[in-house]
Amino acid sequence: MTVIKEFTKGFIKENPVFVMALGLCPTLAVTTSVINAIGMGLAATFVLVFSNTIISMIKNFIPEKIRIPAFIVVIASFVTIVDMVMHAYLPAIHKSLGLFIPLIVVNCIILGRAEAFASKNNVFRSILDGFGMGLGFTLALIIIGGIREILGTGQFLGFQIFPETFQPMLVAILAPGAFIVMGLLMGLMNLNKKR
Amino acid sequence: MEFIGKILFMAVMAIFVQNFVLMRFLGLCPYIGVSKKLDSALGMGMAVIFVMTMASTFTWLIQTYLLIPLHIEFLQTIAFILTIASLVQLVEMVIQKTAPALYKSLGVFLPLITTNCAVLGVAILNIQSEFSFIYAILNGLFAGIGFTLVLILMAGIRERLERAGLPLSMRGMPIAMIVAGSMALAFLGFSGLKF
Repeated sequence: MTVIKEFTKGFIKENPVFVMALGLCPTLAVTTSVINAIGMGLAATFVLVFSNTIISMIKNFIPEKIRIPAFIVVIASFVTIVDMVMHAYLPAIHKSLGLFIPLIVVNCIILGRAEAFASKNNVFRSILDGFGMGLGFTLALIIIGGIREILGTGQFLGFQIFPETFQPMLVAILAPGAFIVMGLLMGLMNLNKKR
Repeated sequence: MEFIGKILFMAVMAIFVQNFVLMRFLGLCPYIGVSKKLDSALGMGMAVIFVMTMASTFTWLIQTYLLIPLHIEFLQTIAFILTIASLVQLVEMVIQKTAPALYKSLGVFLPLITTNCAVLGVAILNIQSEFSFIYAILNGLFAGIGFTLVLILMAGIRERLERAGLPLSMRGMPIAMIVAGSMALAFLGFSGLKF
């Protein structure tokens, strides 16, 4: 039972974006369309699962004082792998995500999980935790990306949703739209929590 | 004269048109996290300007004289994050020894800066835009000033928001996001600037 909980807590109860407000920079920057959101989410999930695995394996060998630099090196290695793989096989998404792929290194979700979970738990649980948190992050990105893409272009994943006469709200895919959609969604989550 | 013109152009671009926080979505965590009080916003801003300028300098040197001659450009992400982390540590120690008063006001913010994606972001952007040494340093400086400007503006607004009669679910983070959205909307107006 607890194993399943470890996996699903990242989806809603401890959702890294909406509840813990971690990793805001990529969340707002790459959600101009759903496809970008999925690309970013899966890249971060990959890094999260593997860095959690390695860190929980080596947690007993790392001296307490230098654990943060050690974690960062592990994370940075996997980010480099993701960067190179995406560059080779998904050049279009790699180009539109651009700067934000190397910046997965400083995404607080990944370092946060390494410090708060993987450095205290065994490998199996850490993998589940990383996978769940990564999927929760992806889910949040898809929700925000979906809202912005539908409002801003009238499309979802490239398919026309609204009739041709619909005037898209361009502001939703520009920078201000990201902040406002995020603010309203967070407000909605708070409202839901209180009920 | 041409040099001064180019520097002015870069300053306006980095501070207003391509503002790091509102247009590029870099450094959002401290932007939302440290903007509750004007004093701490000012301290954080100063620390970021300092670290960004230093990081631009050192990462440019490392890229040009270490990574490129050895053909290990793929280690860029790891090399840069380690440079920034050790730089922050070094700056912290130097300030602590030489200027205790300054350390008292900046000290708490310095460790936070390592995971500020704006610092790694400016370092990578400098390389991607193929700036020369002087321009890379200046770009770091201007990007830091742009960050500080919006951080202080935000802190001023949030100090007043404390007393506003908001619905409970919108207090704190959600309203901060909406305010950031309005600020981004205002900054969007700068993108019409032509030289």
